[in-house]
Amino acid sequence: MKREITLKINGEEYTSTVEPRTLLVHFIREHAMLTGTHIGCDTSSCGACTILIDGKSAKSCTILAIQAVGKEITTVEGLALADGPHPLQEGFKENHGLHCGFCTPGMMMRAVELLEKNPNPTEEDIRWGISGNLCRCTGYNNIVKAIKYAGAKMRGDELPSTEPEFVE
Amino acid sequence: MIPSSFDYSAPTTLEEALNLLEEIGDEAKILAGGHSLIPMMKLRFAEPEHLIDLSNVPGLSYINTEGNTVKIGAMTREVDAEESEELNKLFPIFKDVGKLIADPQVRNFGTLGGNLAHGDAANDQPAVMMALNAEIEIIGKEGTRTVGIDDFFFGFYATAVEEGEILTAIKIPIPDGKFGSAYHKSERKVGDYATGGVGVQLTFDSSGTCTKAGIGLTNVNPTPLRASRSEEALVGTTVTDEVIEQAAQFASEDCNPSADLRGDEDYKRRIIKVLTKRMIVKAKERAFS
Repeated sequence: MKREITLKINGEEYTSTVEPRTLLVHFIREHAMLTGTHIGCDTSSCGACTILIDGKSAKSCTILAIQAVGKEITTVEGLALADGPHPLQEGFKENHGLHCGFCTPGMMMRAVELLEKNPNPTEEDIRWGISGNLCRCTGYNNIVKAIKYAGAKMRGDELPSTEPEFVE
Repeated sequence: MIPSSFDYSAPTTLEEALNLLEEIGDEAKILAGGHSLIPMMKLRFAEPEHLIDLSNVPGLSYINTEGNTVKIGAMTREVDAEESEELNKLFPIFKDVGKLIADPQVRNFGTLGGNLAHGDAANDQPAVMMALNAEIEIIGKEGTRTVGIDDFFFGFYATAVEEGEILTAIKIPIPDGKFGSAYHKSERKVGDYATGGVGVQLTFDSSGTCTKAGIGLTNVNPTPLRASRSEEALVGTTVTDEVIEQAAQFASEDCNPSADLRGDEDYKRRIIKVLTKRMIVKAKERAFS
């Protein structure tokens, strides 16, 4: 039942012979060898495997590789711009938006679509927007700040403070 | 986790899909968005031998108003119903439920048709469709037939879609007069199934009397449940606080929740009572705003 499929990931074509049951995340990690996309829960709960399919954020552990034939796939490896990091990458760096980093690729790929649909989101919009992504370090405050920062950068607005907030 | 082995076809017409269904028989399964089916296959609760993917069949994703009916194509993604202004102007219940189904990534892929055809009483759209009195369009070799939502859900994962058939569209009647709809569910966390959920649509005549009520309940019965006694209590009244209290009480008595990690039976009945009350109030407010 194996068959040869070609998937377009970050603009490059990857051809491999797979079974129909091969999950997209396994194709990305084990056939295209792009290991920036993570497998967390493997049950479409945690969002670590989030990628973009034709610009829409998706959980690649719940999609068959064969379903993605003919689509444009973007993973975290395809996020950076030609002249440097993507504003989201800069936002996560500047705001300490990651602790262990395991959820980060999924968080950023989800935030790409979030900011595209809503370039100036409120904190609530962001928290709803990343409700399908879990951070087990519970670093949500800085993730929200990072996405806000990226939004401001992409709009060309003044950048929000990256100073940590302390609660008395 | 990897599903057990299966074969895969991606037909480009409905006819081709129906031919494949006939050829392969009951070992074939239709794949829509896959966000209910693939998780079940990964856990090996479902082991179909052949998946027939409808993604490449054009013309199954749309939201159209035709006369007094809104027709929604089976492959319409949850996110498209949630974000459709045309649909939510008439039925804001889609915005309510959209926010509560799983999470944004899942709603990008999950489809309305798949949500219903999965036949799971824990899914949210079935109760919504009961509130809205939807009809389901099903195509087979013999042609197209339409099934009312009350005759659609048979049992656990069993629906009126028979072997060799495909769910193609959902038809929602636009009521006469003033009408409003609302949905809410109680969930432990984002992405969880409902502890209990309630969808309501109320229709009023010019004197403010309720002429029609639709109330659907999520995850408190083996099949999606219509709260008939609650509906009857509302019709013919102006939906006063007293009537609302009575309707909510009926819903809590008439559902059949089972105890699980989300709560015991008594707790779930209380959830249903509170949500029924709130959703009737919200639907009424929306009808007059």
